[in-house]
Formats: sequence, C-alpha cells, structure tokens
Amino acid sequence: MFNYTFHWRPAFQALPAMLEGALITIQIAVLSMLIGTVIAIALAVASGSQYRLARFGASVWVETARNTPALFQIYMAYFGLGSIGIFLDSYIALLAGITFNNAGYLAETFRGGLRAIPPIQTRAGRSLGLGAFSTFRLIVLPQLFRIVFYPMTNQIVWAILMTSLGVIVGLNIDLTGVTQELNVRTFRTFEYFAIAAVIYYLITKLVTGSARLAAWKLFKY
Amino acid sequence: MIETSMTWSDLMFMLNGAGKTLLITFWAVAGGTTLGIVFGLIRATGSLWISIPLGFILDILRSVPLLIQFILANSFQAIAGLNATPFVVGCTVLGLYTSAYCTEIVRGGVLAVPQTTRRAARSLGLSYTQDLTNIVFPLATRAMLPSWIGLTLGVMKDSALVLWIGIIELLRSSQIIITRIQEPLFVLSVAGLIYFLISFPISRIGAHLERKWREDD
Repeated sequence: MFNYTFHWRPAFQALPAMLEGALITIQIAVLSMLIGTVIAIALAVASGSQYRLARFGASVWVETARNTPALFQIYMAYFGLGSIGIFLDSYIALLAGITFNNAGYLAETFRGGLRAIPPIQTRAGRSLGLGAFSTFRLIVLPQLFRIVFYPMTNQIVWAILMTSLGVIVGLNIDLTGVTQELNVRTFRTFEYFAIAAVIYYLITKLVTGSARLAAWKLFKY
Repeated sequence: MIETSMTWSDLMFMLNGAGKTLLITFWAVAGGTTLGIVFGLIRATGSLWISIPLGFILDILRSVPLLIQFILANSFQAIAGLNATPFVVGCTVLGLYTSAYCTEIVRGGVLAVPQTTRRAARSLGLSYTQDLTNIVFPLATRAMLPSWIGLTLGVMKDSALVLWIGIIELLRSSQIIITRIQEPLFVLSVAGLIYFLISFPISRIGAHLERKWREDD
C-alpha cells in the first residue's frame, strides 16, 4: 500500500528551528490575547453604554468578528488595508486579524459576565464613596475575572490554533511558517507537519493544564 | 456610487465559490453530526474502556490547527495512493473535525437529561432504545440545538481553510478576482458581506431559540 519511505531523521534535525517558531507562535497568541482583552472590555462597556454610536460601533465589531472567518479578517488586514494605503507586514497583519477576532469573541464573554454581576454591587460601591473607575476595578473586575476565566482559556487555545493561518499571508517565522519553509525545500510534507502537529498539541495541553492549575490556586475559596 | 471594475461575472464567480463553501459545509456537518451522535452516545453511556481513548483521539482533533490537519490528510492520501480529490479530503477532514466538537455537544446534551427521568422511563416499561428515542432525544435536543447551530456556523467559517489544498471556495475565488482587478478592499468586503449574510441570520435564530427555551425551563 505504501510506496513511500518515511524519512524522520531530517525532520527531527529541524526540531530546534521548529521550536523557535513555536516561541513566535506563543508570542503572537499572547500578544493578541492581551490587546484583545483590553479592546474586549472596552467593547463590552461600550455595548452597554447610553450613547447609540458607541453601541452601534461595538456591535459592528462584534458581529463582524463572529460572523466572518478568521482567515477573512487576516486577509482584510493584509490585503484589504493596502487599498487605503496601510501596508502591514504579515506578522502585524496576522496579529491584527487574530486580535480583532479575539476582541469580538471576548467582548461577548465579558458582556455575559458583566450581566452576571448584580448592579446593586456597583451602587453599593459608589455609595461607600468609591469613584466610578475604582468601583469597576475593585468590585466588578475581580468577580468578572472569575466568571470569564474558563472561556478565556478556550479563547487562548483558539488564538494559538489561529496563528497557524499566518502562513497563508506569507509569515515564515512562526511554527507553521517554519514548517512550510522546510517543506518546500524538501517536500517531506507529512513528516514535518506531523511533528508540527505534535508541538501544537503539546502547546495547547500546556496552556490548558497550567490554566487549570492557576484556577485551582486562584479560586480556592 | 463606488466605482469598481468588478463585473457581474466576477460576482457570479464569487457566488459560485460561496456555493462550494456551503456544499463542503453541508457534507462536513452531515457526516460530522452523524459520527458525533454515535461518539457522543458512547462517550456519555459507553464503558470507560472505549470512552476515554475515544475522548483522547477527538481531543487531538480539537488541539491541532485545522490547517495542519488538512495538510497532513492531503499528504497522507497521496502517500497511501488513495487518489482522493481535494474536495473529498476537505470534506473528510472537516467532517472529523466537526464530529470532535459534536461529540462533546451530544455528550453534554445526553448527560443533561436527569438520570431519574431515564430510570422512570425504564421502570414504566420502555426499552433502552425507546428510552433513548422517546425520552433522551427530545430532551437533549433542546440543550444541544443552540450549540449545534453555533458549531455549524463555525464549520462554515473554518471551511475557508480548504483553499490551502486547492479548492476554490468563496475566499479563494475573491483572491483570484483581487489578483485580476487589484481592488482588495472592495472585493474582500463583498466576500465578507456574503459570509455575513449566510452566518448572521442563522446565528440570530440560534440565539432566539436559546433564549426561548431557557424561558420554558
């Protein structure tokens, strides 16, 4: 059946280069999560605001992010923005695309989380003499964090998996990009990508495992 | 009015691509749901000796990027000499990927049916199969349908990745038009609008059902 000889040795020799790529993958995922979280909190607050324009802007962002493919959003950043004179390199375009996507999904998570915290707590905080911002920071945020922790873990796994799309817009330094570079040089597609798949699997397990550990430490009581 | 050199035949070409996207989604969801129901029942009610290895394998499908799954499957079918078309490879991989998520949805839905309800059904004289079809299935569907709709839409969006193994679906067809008329922002906006028009109404229906059924509980 198999008229093919597997060559694993060159693939294993490329492991250091691929692990370096894995670091870039993690870097992009973490950056997109951090920026995405900040934007998502702003979007969640905006979608509950009294200004119609803020609500409209937030819902356009969220619905676009949730109803179009992530690859489309990366294409928009890479090819689309070129039309209006903004030229992003593939790293920034990938980061922008994933951040846009993360922000849209996390905004919905945060909106649900904010709704789960009784508004009476905000009023109680304010009547105790806290300012609007300190009420949000000291009373709402810590409870919100607990509610959104698990969905956020899911989202970071999504972000890691989405970074693999960078290769389609020509990124060659992340894990998939490095693997593709090796692949076009040797055409040992299966061997190289099988190792990449294992590395991705280990990264996602590492993330979910440490998140579970963190949750166990943080939310003991 | 926006000036563009995009023609009607270009738009038809893109709609053709959208048809391809929907076709792949249909086969992937049909196959994935069937497998997902079987796997989900095994995961929820089967013995641990099958349930745990199955869960482990399906977890791999959820932890490896879909793009890499396409590449691996495509090169594997070439190695094995299966001579499968990219379309078949695309549908198979996407179907298995769907089944991995669908399994968890089905498992959650089946486990959401209270054990006491099922015991009551059995003690009223219903057989195991009757219990599954008449008691568990209707109750579990309520819990499953909203997430299943979300899954279907997710698969529709993820199907864009099949462009890597050479299928001309919506996103790839818009890329082809971009290389010809050099108006990326406009063409991509049209593609995005098509995706949005497919996805948004269905996601609203899903959200509506979820809200409506939660009120009934």
